[in-house]
Amino acid sequence: MDLKPGSRWASQVCSTEVVVVRTSTKPVTLECGGHPMAPVGGDGGADLTLDPAFAEGSLIGKRFADPDSGLELLVTKAGEGSLAVDGISIPLKEAKPLPSSD
Amino acid sequence: MHLSSLLDIAADALGDRVAVAACAGGDGGDLTYTELSERTAALSRHLAAAGAERLVAVDVNSEAVPIGLFGAARATIPYVPVNYRLADAQLRAILERAAPGLAVVEASVPPRLGGAIDGLSLISRDDFLVADGPAAPAGDGDPEDPAVLLFTSGTTGEPKAAVLRHRHLTSYVLETVEFMGADPDDAALVSVPPYHIAGIAAVLSSVWSGRRLVYLPQFSAEAWVDLAAAQAVTHAMVVPTMLGRILEVLVERDEQLPALRHLSYGGGRMPMALVERALEQLPHVGLVNAYGLTETSSTIAVLGPEDHREAIASSDPHVRHRLGSVGRPLPILSVEIRDHNGAPVDAGTHGEIWVKGDQVSGEYLGRAAALSADGWLATNDGGWLDQEGFLFVEGRLDDVIVRGGENLSPGEIEEVLLLHPAVADAAVIGVPDEEWGEAVAAVVVLVDAGHADAAGLDQAALDVVDEAALRAWVAERLRSTRAPGRIEFRLELPYSETGKLLRRVLKAELAGPTPSPTS
Repeated sequence: MDLKPGSRWASQVCSTEVVVVRTSTKPVTLECGGHPMAPVGGDGGADLTLDPAFAEGSLIGKRFADPDSGLELLVTKAGEGSLAVDGISIPLKEAKPLPSSD
Repeated sequence: MHLSSLLDIAADALGDRVAVAACAGGDGGDLTYTELSERTAALSRHLAAAGAERLVAVDVNSEAVPIGLFGAARATIPYVPVNYRLADAQLRAILERAAPGLAVVEASVPPRLGGAIDGLSLISRDDFLVADGPAAPAGDGDPEDPAVLLFTSGTTGEPKAAVLRHRHLTSYVLETVEFMGADPDDAALVSVPPYHIAGIAAVLSSVWSGRRLVYLPQFSAEAWVDLAAAQAVTHAMVVPTMLGRILEVLVERDEQLPALRHLSYGGGRMPMALVERALEQLPHVGLVNAYGLTETSSTIAVLGPEDHREAIASSDPHVRHRLGSVGRPLPILSVEIRDHNGAPVDAGTHGEIWVKGDQVSGEYLGRAAALSADGWLATNDGGWLDQEGFLFVEGRLDDVIVRGGENLSPGEIEEVLLLHPAVADAAVIGVPDEEWGEAVAAVVVLVDAGHADAAGLDQAALDVVDEAALRAWVAERLRSTRAPGRIEFRLELPYSETGKLLRRVLKAELAGPTPSPTS
């Protein structure tokens, strides 16, 4: 998966969409609801179902960061599935005010 | 990411929220996020049908700015806002460089151009706002594509067109703005012109955070205050010259702007006395000083509301002095001070400000890239970092005064002059000198009687401030070679509308016949 900063990914099993804020330092697979995510605007997913182990939901506007790979995501569309990297759930990033100037 | 994705995501999430308030004097109503998205899609169809290679804008602020910026993005062509206030010949010269493309123009522009410009078709704002075409542009936008071309102010030499790619601008937004972070009633007042990087950043930040954009077509302090009050504006960005006039109008009208929470300033050096006045007069407002360049997709360092409050409340002169800094660099960027050989220097040492990061373009149309092989941009701004990482900007290195082989920074001398209680504003420039090559000259604006009263100053004490007293003041705090040999008093200093001190104007004026030597 080419997780470039700014690239957008959609869940294959729910409505979740994310944008990559910071790329990973090593090759990883980004998943949602237990299945790999696909580029936004790509073909619909195959006949997959939401894995109950990854069904805690993703809230819009939340940031997630994988401490292991450095991958950081922003949820741009909410969904039932939760985010994972290589089968391991990734935690919510601690909310820190951004240094906005405008 | 691409700017069109940024709007798509916001429109999906925010739909019916107002994205752009109906403009004063305009005939349209409010535009929701969905409507903004649809309007820009229609414009992109028009641009595709016209085969436009660039979308040029020569116009005042209005809803046509966000529509044009995102419409061009959807059509995968760059948006090129141009300064409509340039003299006719300069405007024509810039437009010849901005062509080929379609130019949306304010009504007064076409007669000023002295005939057609090769490759450039014109469209009025009214027609532009309803423009549509038969089919969507072919192909998807690439984050590598140029999103915006901005002609830098060119305070010296011919203006350069900075190239900002989609990835530069969206990196800045993703890293500094909270997606949907705004309350539903938040509104951002934009009075900086659209051809200024702050005008572009305002659109992007506002859309990403979910604020309502409120446009002031052309700045006047009275109109700014009227609009801020009428629209219950919560966020605004001003340049230093604007702030001074706004504070005066607020006093005259005894207006507090209770909805205002966040007021950022930048684009030029802000006299510390003015910052103190703003803090005192608007205690409920968080002040933010932002420093950035066109070539860095706007802000690279921020002095936030807490930094301001901490500095003003501190009795430690170092902490208090930070009110004159631009704060700390954004955490996603690297900023270094380097000497003239390009080697990094320690905290406290003066040098050139260098910056590196995803939002840094450093690229100009038709010129070699300004970035070093490892991605650093030399800003041509002089400055220094203090022990805690606060950045102090001293101004363009081109303005450095070389007096008898010694490099003197005008910013450093200006800072000291501004510390004098009788000085409201000061500019330091180099003037030709037979003995030293260049000599230090200062143009000073004294605090007027009204402000002196407000500040609790004794008018009698102000009356005795003269050239010799100010020269001694500088010599005591720096050294005698830095004390201005010549000091002129004026009622105001010349600034550009975007708040930049026009040193070349002062240089030209002071290069005229000199009075008898004073030292």
